[in-house]
Amino acid sequence: MEHLRINGAYWGLTTLDILGKLAAVDQETVISWVMSCQHESGGFGGNEGHDPHLLYTLSAIQILALFNKIDTLDIEKVSNYISTLQNEDGSFSGDKWGEIDTRFSYVAICSLALLKQLDKINVEKAVKYIVSCKNLDGGFGCTPGAESHAGQIFCCIGALAITGCLHYVDKDLLGWWLCERQVKSGGLNGRPEKLPDVCYSWWVLSSLIVIDRVHWIDKEKLVKFILNCQDKENGGISDRPDDAVDVFHTYFGVAGLSLLEYPGLKAIDPAYALPVDVINRIFLH
Amino acid sequence: MHGRPRKSATPVDENASALKAAKIRSLQSQFLLNHHNNIYTKEALEINAKLIESNPEFMTAWNYRKLAFEHNLSNQSEADSDHIKSIIDEELRVVENALRKNFKSYGAWHHRKWVISKGNSSTERELRLLNLFQKQDTRNFHAWNYRRFIAGLKNISDEKELQFTTDMINDNFSNYSAWHNRSVLLSHLLEKKVVGYFPKEIFLKEEYEFVRNAVFTDPDDQSGWFYHLWLLDQTVKVDMPNLVSSWPPHGSEITKTTFPIVLFFNEPVEGVNLQTVSVQVEDDIFKNIAWSPLSSNKFKCGQAWLTHLTIPLGETHSSKIFQVKISSEYSQGIISSNGVPCSQHWSIAFRVSVCHDFQLEGQSLRGVLMTDENFSTVDINSNVMDLFKSYFELASDYEQPTSSKWKSEMIASEIDQYRELLSWAECKIGKLTLARLLMANDAIGTPVAPNTTHVEEVLKLYSELMELDPTHYQYYKDEYSLVFLKQVTSSKESLMKYCGQYKESTSSNITGPMCLRLNFLSLSQIGSFERLLWVQSLDLSHNQLHSIEGLEALQLLSCLNLSHNKVGSFMALDPLRFLKSLRVLNISYNELGAHTVDTRRYLCSSPLSHTLDYDKKFEEFATGDEKVLNFWEAYSVFGGLDIMQLDVVGNAAADERFILFLVKLLPGLKWLDGEELH
Repeated sequence: MEHLRINGAYWGLTTLDILGKLAAVDQETVISWVMSCQHESGGFGGNEGHDPHLLYTLSAIQILALFNKIDTLDIEKVSNYISTLQNEDGSFSGDKWGEIDTRFSYVAICSLALLKQLDKINVEKAVKYIVSCKNLDGGFGCTPGAESHAGQIFCCIGALAITGCLHYVDKDLLGWWLCERQVKSGGLNGRPEKLPDVCYSWWVLSSLIVIDRVHWIDKEKLVKFILNCQDKENGGISDRPDDAVDVFHTYFGVAGLSLLEYPGLKAIDPAYALPVDVINRIFLH
Repeated sequence: MHGRPRKSATPVDENASALKAAKIRSLQSQFLLNHHNNIYTKEALEINAKLIESNPEFMTAWNYRKLAFEHNLSNQSEADSDHIKSIIDEELRVVENALRKNFKSYGAWHHRKWVISKGNSSTERELRLLNLFQKQDTRNFHAWNYRRFIAGLKNISDEKELQFTTDMINDNFSNYSAWHNRSVLLSHLLEKKVVGYFPKEIFLKEEYEFVRNAVFTDPDDQSGWFYHLWLLDQTVKVDMPNLVSSWPPHGSEITKTTFPIVLFFNEPVEGVNLQTVSVQVEDDIFKNIAWSPLSSNKFKCGQAWLTHLTIPLGETHSSKIFQVKISSEYSQGIISSNGVPCSQHWSIAFRVSVCHDFQLEGQSLRGVLMTDENFSTVDINSNVMDLFKSYFELASDYEQPTSSKWKSEMIASEIDQYRELLSWAECKIGKLTLARLLMANDAIGTPVAPNTTHVEEVLKLYSELMELDPTHYQYYKDEYSLVFLKQVTSSKESLMKYCGQYKESTSSNITGPMCLRLNFLSLSQIGSFERLLWVQSLDLSHNQLHSIEGLEALQLLSCLNLSHNKVGSFMALDPLRFLKSLRVLNISYNELGAHTVDTRRYLCSSPLSHTLDYDKKFEEFATGDEKVLNFWEAYSVFGGLDIMQLDVVGNAAADERFILFLVKLLPGLKWLDGEELH
């Protein structure tokens, strides 16, 4: 999994911060490694020497935000890299090779919002493209016509939330589709007739919170499901009970628990996917 | 990362794993060296192919292949088409290998798209590959997306693709992906007005039958039910925005010289302005009118729009009646958020009666005590009821969208079918579908005189659903509350049961404005605002509300009681910022400050959603340790209001420091938590 090491770092570090243990890592070492992943174009790769891509660029910015060190960046350079990836129709390519996906719309919007550079892109067109990916069940897919999927829904809802455009969302229709992700075991799946998975505890849950429909699921049952996915001997959380753990699912499990107001955890913002105090620090001063 | 069983690593496992990792690392460093030095030899490509096989999500590896492809192709002459074809085939082989390893690899699918876009490849081969993958996993959305890409590239017709979905569904009803694609294709065909699919009632009848087969065969599979909901929405929906209600109501007479005008549409719209709406007093068209949407978003879009009108009194010293007319000028300028223009003309006419002998109106409220003893019902014939009556009695002048016969027939038939299914299958989504069908049945028709034929049956269905599906209890509860309010607001008679007046205090006989009292009703959601624009005093205490979204349309509201509810944050009270007439507010015994999660955070005006600038004046106003979230939010919501009476006791946030802050923020405050301030 070396190719997405910077994503892994973001998952691990954000989890530590939610648990109140961010101080356990050496800030300077982490930051200097993150910066070593920056490509000459201004974007970040998944690891040192890897090609730049929007997905890794967001993680880099988020990690720096955790440490309140966004000013380490040449903000102009990174913002330009991101803004050049917007296409005529408002969509975003992940990198210069042109793959288009609403995940990248979210990443671009979230990155630029954290850098306070949203005006570098055409927000209205970006929103129009996202709305064109809205499906008849109220959800969103990766491109126009693509099936609704909780991960894509999180990205589109997050992007619309950050840009103040949630009025394009039919909250009741989508809210019902999302709350029906909760299956008998209490876990959440990503789309109809699929297996539950802890990572959807983030994607479905954060979407429900952003549109204020989270009370439509049984929160206690979900908490139990996530806790059952812990490996109590070796630590960490897996996708389903008794499966192998990994940092990806550990992050989503802990973040999900935070959204469910599990005691002892720092609050996490459902749109920016960073602790609330980090977001308040950026926007309310 | 998914679906791997948890097992402790044995030393043998760990050893094997370490060896594998070392091998991959070595491949990787070789690859990166080649990549950074632009080496695209056969050997280099093989190293890359090995790496991709072990990890198809390694984007840099796919990028390299594209660079190699371009580099090697540029070395060929155009005539050497065989060689070009072999280069392309090699790329497609690598992709296929990678997909067999991980058929959900974004990198692999994109590379294939990229290569195919270069031309020189066969449609049949791609469709064969797709058929293979789609048989293995009918829900693979990458395959469906790629299929859409190929259909677009090779101009395969929508009808052909529709047949493909029919085949897949007939093969296995439980295929949400196929149903989804079906809905996309049918929408395209409808939009392009293709014969056989337009107008929509043609395909709807067949689709209802098609989906009925699926849900009757297996009522517990969700796929068909979601599709049915789409069909119902297609049947019921009014295809364009229209005006639903207004304040002042058409045909009414009011006595204020300055008053708000509220236009309430069936959905959020943009473009209400001087060009699209005209305001006429007697024969003068008013030009200094500004309309604003009652919502917080960037693109001036809202379901309710507001302006204020002041009747110019001039030199007249006697009573006079002014005729006011609000009408659409260029209605196509009013556009829904989906881009559909309003194509119907509407107009509202009302009278303003002015009498110079009157004292300046505006009730000088001196505190309102909203308790049971203080409440008395109102005589329906008293003056206070006039405006309320005009709201219900007079027909409006808006042209109503015509309701077609085919809609009611189709829905009636569906209702029969699903009543039958429920007689032999205890199926939660079936019950929910029946409830939705019954509400749809009542909704078809003019909104001015709402039909509540099936309301009782619907309320019963939702009660049954709360027991049958406790996981989603709150969803059914919210729907129940909304249907209940529809019933309450459907007629003058039903509303009267909830109307009355509160006296200003137990000793006084002076009554406050007429109050709509909806307390102790277990309401978890509120709605039907289009029928409540006349409300000046609203008692929603002792319910289960955590949101007051929609209340911003009630521009006449001066008294609001929200005590004993579940309001969890100040942002949840954001709609109040639009209620400039609000003087009396009771938010006691809620959950302000009790939650770490705020579900209204992005649905209100805030710097986080770029719908409000951070007001630096807050920093000057709030000194020292007042600069915490609750304070900023209260400042943002209440700062522009002129509250005279406030109750906040019983909230975690309402400590001494916060109360002092509020008193500073609200200079007009006279009563706080029942105590008079000095």
